[in-house]
Order: sequence, then structure tokens, then C-alpha cells
Amino acid sequence: MSDTSDVHKLTGAYAVDAVDELERARFEQHLAECEDCRAEVAELRETAALLAEDTAVAPPAALRESVLAGISQVRPLPPEVRAPAPRATHEHRAGRRAWMPFLVAAALAVLVGIGALIVQPWAGEDDVKRLTAAEQVLQADDAQEVFLDLGEAGRATVTRSKSHDRAVISTEDMVAAPDGKDYELWLMSPDGAFTSAGLMPDEADQTLVLDGSAADAAAVGITVEPDGGSKQPTSDPIALFDLTEAA
Amino acid sequence: MDHVRPVPDGAPQGAPSAGDAPDLAALLHRAGLGDEAAFAAFYDATSARAYGLALRVVRNPAHAEEVTQEAYLDAWRSSTRYDPERGSAAGWLLTIVHRKAVDRVRSVEAATTRDQTWNRESAPTEHDQTSEEAHASLDAQRVRNAVSTLTDVQRQAVELTYFGGYTHTEVATLLDVPLGTAKTRIRDGLIRLRDLMGVAS
Repeated sequence: MSDTSDVHKLTGAYAVDAVDELERARFEQHLAECEDCRAEVAELRETAALLAEDTAVAPPAALRESVLAGISQVRPLPPEVRAPAPRATHEHRAGRRAWMPFLVAAALAVLVGIGALIVQPWAGEDDVKRLTAAEQVLQADDAQEVFLDLGEAGRATVTRSKSHDRAVISTEDMVAAPDGKDYELWLMSPDGAFTSAGLMPDEADQTLVLDGSAADAAAVGITVEPDGGSKQPTSDPIALFDLTEAA
Repeated sequence: MDHVRPVPDGAPQGAPSAGDAPDLAALLHRAGLGDEAAFAAFYDATSARAYGLALRVVRNPAHAEEVTQEAYLDAWRSSTRYDPERGSAAGWLLTIVHRKAVDRVRSVEAATTRDQTWNRESAPTEHDQTSEEAHASLDAQRVRNAVSTLTDVQRQAVELTYFGGYTHTEVATLLDVPLGTAKTRIRDGLIRLRDLMGVAS
């Protein structure tokens, strides 16, 4: 669909945030491997920022106070430590660290929040036969599966078991969420209301149990949300798994 | 008492930056070490550009304030991640502001018109800008001169994306051109501005 020269042309649109979330995620994958595009994006961002010289407006004085009050309550992040990025399924990606400090930070934050959710390190030590929560759903007699191919963004399967009242998502080759963003999972009720089912860590391949009761869900959705997630979706889903038609 | 040496009035010795503005990169560096006064100085030197950009994109002053505040909080938090080798401190900050402003415009729309096709009230004429607020600095004049050399289509594409917050796909539809064309115009326009304004990495 798009040849290589086409990919490079997205530098301008990317530099001015004129891309949708999926494009952003894909292009950031490309940037991790393309030195030329990284350099061009940096220059074009710098250029675009100069356009703001002509729109300067003094902010209300109260804003200064709010900002200064805000920062006094937060510690600056620790400096970047030169560790490999958390997703290392394919080849070694030397360029990744240099490019996406926010992404790495986001991924680490998410892993801390969610890591304990499924795989308890001690589970199975006592009882090797015990199935993880994910396995119970995946192996349930009433498991329903919906597979979605997200193109260059990867593939994902949602499995729901009504008897276990849980849903599980498994991803393959999923691109990392865009810079400063997280993937958030949602359970959609038959009347179209979305309930957050947790964040997805930035892992290309993973199996994750969704938070919340899934027996009555009509669909599972994934949206791209600001770091840390949202209470309600702030954008349209990048993937929607329709469970009403699942076998 | 020893001899007293007069302090020269001229430029301080070893000033790291040749610019006239406060050395923003140095202020950010100090902010990363927890220096709130340095960050306040950074704010004072950049807030008109940050707020003006946010206001231009989101249009609503209350939203613009929120966006600006969030951006500064992010800048404070990630001040240790700023790398002067990769660009100016002002550019870095404004990149954060712009991203947040665009996210705000889009999420407000997603919340209010989730099911509708996008369709903004304000028609995308490129002359609806708030020039009364334009700040008449030399840099601003330089930017205006550079922008005036763009072709109409390049200028439209750059303004609709940077100030309008539209995606290149939306711009293609707005300007009724093929997808690849909008993408190329945005890039060509920015490259031309880059060359005229002497931005180099």
C-alpha cells in the first residue's frame, strides 16, 4: 500500500502532530530505525515552533501561580538510564532509546501498575496444575474468540468466557503506543457505555486479563489515551472486538 | 583588606549562550535538579509563546490555560530528559504544548461529536487569524516574511495542520487533494521555512 519513500514523507505531518494515533504509532516504529527521518523531524519541529513567535499572547497572571504551585508538588523524573527499551521481541533496536524517552518512561510506569495483575510470581509454585486467570478463560468451554488484524499495527485476539465472567486479550507484534500515550482497554455494554478495563503495557506480544465483569459485554475496545489512561474514551477506538457475533 | 577588583560591566565571562534571551537550556537543566526559581524564569521567558500557541489551536481561553499548565507540568517533570543536542529548549517546550493542544481539540470533538463526521464550524479560511495579538518581535517579523514566501497551498497545508490541528488526511479532504499531496505540501512547506529561517540540526 505505501512504499518506503512514502513513509519518509510523513516527517512533516508527524512534526506538526497532523497524524492520527495509529499513524503516529507506526511512524514512531519507523523513526526508531531511520536516522534521516529522526533528524528531519527534529528540524521540522524546531521550524514549526518558530511559527509560535507570531502568535504570542501573554497568559493571565494566575496561570503562572498555578504552574508554580503545580511543580512544587512533583519531582522531576530521574534522568534517562541507558537501559534497553522494554520491547525487544525482534532485533536489537539501537535507535529506540535515543528517540523516545517518554515512551520508555510511560512503559515503565505502566508495567509497575499492571505487572501484578495476571502473573503472580508465586502462582503455580504450590500447585503446578493451577491455571492462571488467563488460561481459565482461554480454555473455558464457552470461550468466544474475536480476532482482529490491525495491519501494520499488529494483531490481537479477544477471548471472553461468560461462565468465568472475564475477557482476555492476546496481542502479537503490536506496535508500542505513541509517545506519551497508553493503550486503554474498554468493555462496552450492549447500550454502548464504555467501562475502563485497564491499560495495556507496551509489550508487542502479551496476554492480559481485562479488569471488570465481562459476561454481559457486547464488545471490547482499545483506545489510545493520554499517559495513565482516562475514565472515558477520549478518542475513537483503534480496534473494536464485537462479541455479539462471536461463536 | 586585599585589593578590590572592579567587575567589568560587559558580558559575563564564559556566558554559555550567544543568544540575547536567558539561556533556556541552562534554566531547564537547573529545573531538572529541582530548582523552581529557574523554572519560573523559564516560564517567564516562554509563557507568551506557549499560551499564545495553545490559544491559537484550542481557541477557548480556559482550555488554553489548562493545556499550557499541563504542558509546563510535563516540561518540569521531564526537564531531565531534555537534550540540548537535539534542539532548542523553546522548541522542545512548544512541541509539548502543541501536542497537548491538538490532543485537546481532538478529544473535545470526540466527546461532543463522536458519531458525526468531522465538520468544524469555523471554515478553514487562512485569514481568520488573531493578528491583533501577534507579538511584534523581530523573530515574529522574520517568521512572517518566511511564511509569505510559501505558495498558497503550502501555507494552507501548514496552517491548517499546525494552527488548525487537522490531520493531513483531513487537510487532504478540506483542500480536495489526494492524500499523498497534502502530506507532501506540509513537508515541502516546512522544509522551505526551515531553509529560510536557517534551522539546522
